[in-house]
Amino acid sequence: MQFWGYKRSEGRAGIRNHVLILPTCVCGSESARIVASQVRGAVNIVFNTGCSDVQANTDMSQKVLTGFACNPNVYGVVIIGLGCETVGHKQLREKIQKMTSKPVVSFGIQEEGGTLKTIEKAVRAAREMASEAGRQQKELCDISELLLGIECGGSDATSGIASNPAVGELSDLLVDLGASTMMSESIEWIGGEHVLAKRAATPEIHNQIIQVCKDYEEHLKAAGQDCRAGQPTPGNKAGGLSTLDEKSLGCIRKGGTRPIVEVLEQAARPTKRGAVVMDTAGFDISSITSMVAGGCNAVIFTTGRGTPTGNAIVPVLKVTANARTFQMMEDNMDVDLSAIISGEKTYKEMGRELLGKIEDVCNGKLTKAEAYGFSDIAVDHVCRFV
Amino acid sequence: MKINALLIDDIDNVVTCVTEVPAGSEVYYRKGDEVLSLRAEEDIPYCHKIALKDFAKDDEVIKYGEMLGRTVEPVAKGHWLWDKNMYSVPRDYDSEFVSTGGNE
Repeated sequence: MQFWGYKRSEGRAGIRNHVLILPTCVCGSESARIVASQVRGAVNIVFNTGCSDVQANTDMSQKVLTGFACNPNVYGVVIIGLGCETVGHKQLREKIQKMTSKPVVSFGIQEEGGTLKTIEKAVRAAREMASEAGRQQKELCDISELLLGIECGGSDATSGIASNPAVGELSDLLVDLGASTMMSESIEWIGGEHVLAKRAATPEIHNQIIQVCKDYEEHLKAAGQDCRAGQPTPGNKAGGLSTLDEKSLGCIRKGGTRPIVEVLEQAARPTKRGAVVMDTAGFDISSITSMVAGGCNAVIFTTGRGTPTGNAIVPVLKVTANARTFQMMEDNMDVDLSAIISGEKTYKEMGRELLGKIEDVCNGKLTKAEAYGFSDIAVDHVCRFV
Repeated sequence: MKINALLIDDIDNVVTCVTEVPAGSEVYYRKGDEVLSLRAEEDIPYCHKIALKDFAKDDEVIKYGEMLGRTVEPVAKGHWLWDKNMYSVPRDYDSEFVSTGGNE
């Protein structure tokens, strides 16, 4: 299987060719938004941190910022900093330039003399970059260039029974074709971690999966918190998911059945091909943020209750097996999988249909969230701001 | 008979209703080639679980062939299992690690 994508000098091909307007910190976010609104082909993210953070939080922010810049769907990057943040625009630019040969420029609001002057310069730079990006031709790429992030959110009982197994089937089909898939949300392995660990390619990976869950619970306990108090969410409970275990046992089915070849830290890039898993929060927006930073070029998202979410860099294809949700939220749902619940189709048949849907998205078909220009982001934190 | 609930694994002791089920009506689900049924003793909301057996307090609730949690109180066959009458059991992670043959 092949798709038309944008070849990159290093790493996977892109399925989009965005100019990314990247703030170094919260203080650059509004300017970045205005710059992106002026230039067709540019996208921005709203960053809510980057300052007054302990080292571990800064490390996480930097992994997300550099990971976004290096994502294969990004043609080039225009960085907008303030001047007094933890990691300034020049430092961030130099870090990114060590990781990728794509064009990167940067500006600082305090140096330029305010937001209007910064925006003017950044718009010119973004315009030039978008103009060049427009000349890049799509080329035929093998499906092995795809790294599909697999997410679920707003789950109900249809998720674990129907949409997650269908996406699991899609993951198996993709892995068999040589592509890679990434499942995350380690808090939602808890209660099903013994089942997930059976997919480990080695005993070491088995133990890493168990360890991630153990560490997550201990991390929350150290702050006097209990993961079972926030999970399942009120919406999950209303949708028939009564315990974290029930949610997890349904969640993990979206990763399919193929051997897990790598367990990744949050926002890290895989070094192996095939089915990988990443240690992230179960908070869907944060999990997608980390998977996009890890290099996923597309995301498939199962939901029961319905969600509008989208990412600036990566198309998010939203699917549901809840017929009512599809009808109620058709403006936000991309694929209706309710034929599995009604018994008209099997999850395996729907998984194969999803392969065609993903192929379409790789070839440029816009998802609904993408057409609306949605840009959700949530950077995970280790502890409080300082 | 059209089914209105799903059994995920043959050893499960609950089924998930895929329509709203009013008290007193029948719930039909497939197990292998057979269609089985039970009477709903109370209203069961869409997507929620109904007990296939009489649960004592602290009995295991099984779906996907795995334990979802235990019952807070006795729950009779045909009644609604939900977050108010179930609890999650803490994991014993240390028992789940496997030998790596000295590679780690």
